[in-house]
Amino acid sequence: MTTNTPIIKTVNLKKSFGNIEVLKGINLEINKGEVLVIVGPSGSGKSTFLRCLNFLERPTGGEIYFEGVNLLDKNVDINKHRQKMGMVFQHFNLFPHMTIIKNMSLAPMKLLKLSKNQAAEKARGLLERVGLGDRALSYPSQLSGGQKQRVAIVRALCMDPDVMLFDEPTSALDPEMVGEVLDVMKNLAKNGMTMVVVTHEMGFAKEVADKVIFMDEGIIMEEGTPEEVFGNPKNDRTKEFFSKVLI
Amino acid sequence: MNFSKIKSDFELNFKADNRWKYLTSGLSNTLKITFFAVLLGVALGVLVAIVRSSYDKNSSEMKNGLGKFFLSIANAVCKIYLTVIRGTPVVVQLMIMYYIIFASSRNSMLVAVLSFGINSGAYVAEIIRSGIMSIDNGQFEAGRSLGLNYVQTMRYIIIPQALKNVLPALANEFIVLLKETSVAGYVTIRDLTMGGNIIRAATYSPFMPLIAVALIYLVIVMFFSWLIGILERRLRQSDH
Ligand SMILES: Nc1ncnc2c1ncn2[C@@H]1O[C@H](COP(=O)(O)OP(=O)(O)O)[C@@H](O)[C@H]1O
Ligand SMILES: [Mg+2]
Repeated sequence: MTTNTPIIKTVNLKKSFGNIEVLKGINLEINKGEVLVIVGPSGSGKSTFLRCLNFLERPTGGEIYFEGVNLLDKNVDINKHRQKMGMVFQHFNLFPHMTIIKNMSLAPMKLLKLSKNQAAEKARGLLERVGLGDRALSYPSQLSGGQKQRVAIVRALCMDPDVMLFDEPTSALDPEMVGEVLDVMKNLAKNGMTMVVVTHEMGFAKEVADKVIFMDEGIIMEEGTPEEVFGNPKNDRTKEFFSKVLI
Repeated sequence: MNFSKIKSDFELNFKADNRWKYLTSGLSNTLKITFFAVLLGVALGVLVAIVRSSYDKNSSEMKNGLGKFFLSIANAVCKIYLTVIRGTPVVVQLMIMYYIIFASSRNSMLVAVLSFGINSGAYVAEIIRSGIMSIDNGQFEAGRSLGLNYVQTMRYIIIPQALKNVLPALANEFIVLLKETSVAGYVTIRDLTMGGNIIRAATYSPFMPLIAVALIYLVIVMFFSWLIGILERRLRQSDH
């Protein structure tokens, strides 16, 4: 892969649930190290788009190229590619029956064939980095929402992904915990991680995003730098949305 | 009934000819059948539950091909199994197993374990399936998004949580099964019930042996109910 091919590229990506077409042809390129922020009203297809990227939803049309491979090809082993695409969910989805360290070591042990000690060492290192070094042996129920989400992020990082997908990672958090999670994400961006982030945190988008897209009714309505999209939206729907969200 | 009558009744039914041994050896057989049948039932039940919930979850998403074909067949087999087993009395199943399917075998204990295990498996399967279905789909998606395949996700993430959730229901199934094995006498097994019945037939005195049998069942069931209560409290405390 040369440096100027995008790490993710979607071509006319479509997804229908029954008769309802939720994604109506999304064309997008994400380059290595870029942070893409997706904004848009509820129900516009942001989550569906993100979930199509790692095949939690199977697209019904179009193409997805990840690191040069078309994921819709019949012979593709999607599990291999998912290892390179970390995902962080709105509701954390930590495994409640495992300690934090086990949550983080499971996939590296089963998939990267790390030994228990190697996996634990790696997990502890990452936990230190997000200020949770002392919580390794806790269970998820013993953590606050912000702590859970930070664990969810480092759990994904344990697989050494090339891309991180975030689906409204701070929407389920109490306001005072949003900052600690955004800080971790900002740090990640600073260190060159390629990120696709669905969020309503416009401050985060302005500070960190290289590119912002505004989605509505399954299409990309507006696309550009944060300054372009937030500062000077061309589309009426975009203007209307921002006038409601940005106060 | 005065006291000396009770005493002589007791001696006739339990002490004379060591008749009490019918009850202890019967109890031992009852517990053996129940224990091994439960093991078989849980193994069968987990298997059937996985097939059924995998089919429900995936069949609409799966590409047409060999995988989907086999899953459909397996699902159909499981459905027939559940329908037949739950739609017929266990004592009839037991007799069919003993007098028809394993007519050449005289190992009635083994046939009973198989029968009751296969029977219990059908009920366990539905318990475990409800456990699997009760796990939030986000757990499944988290596992898959890390790159774990379907089987790994089920094995390390879904099934452990599902089993934990239905552990009290499974323990309850053990109690149900313990009582159901009382029909084992139909295939010549001397279980607890049969032991009491043998005494009754020998002494022509039904009261003591039958009440004794009932009391023994009751004590065992109460004991296990008590254990389940403790188990439930423990599980609630560790509810992460
Ligand atoms: N599994 C599903 N089955 C049917 N409809 C769905 C499913 N998932 C999402 N949808 C529908 O697709 C549309 C887009 O949903 P979603 O991608 O979650 O939007 P957003 O994340 O932007 O709020 C909504 O109308 C939603 O009801
Ligand atoms: Mg969403």
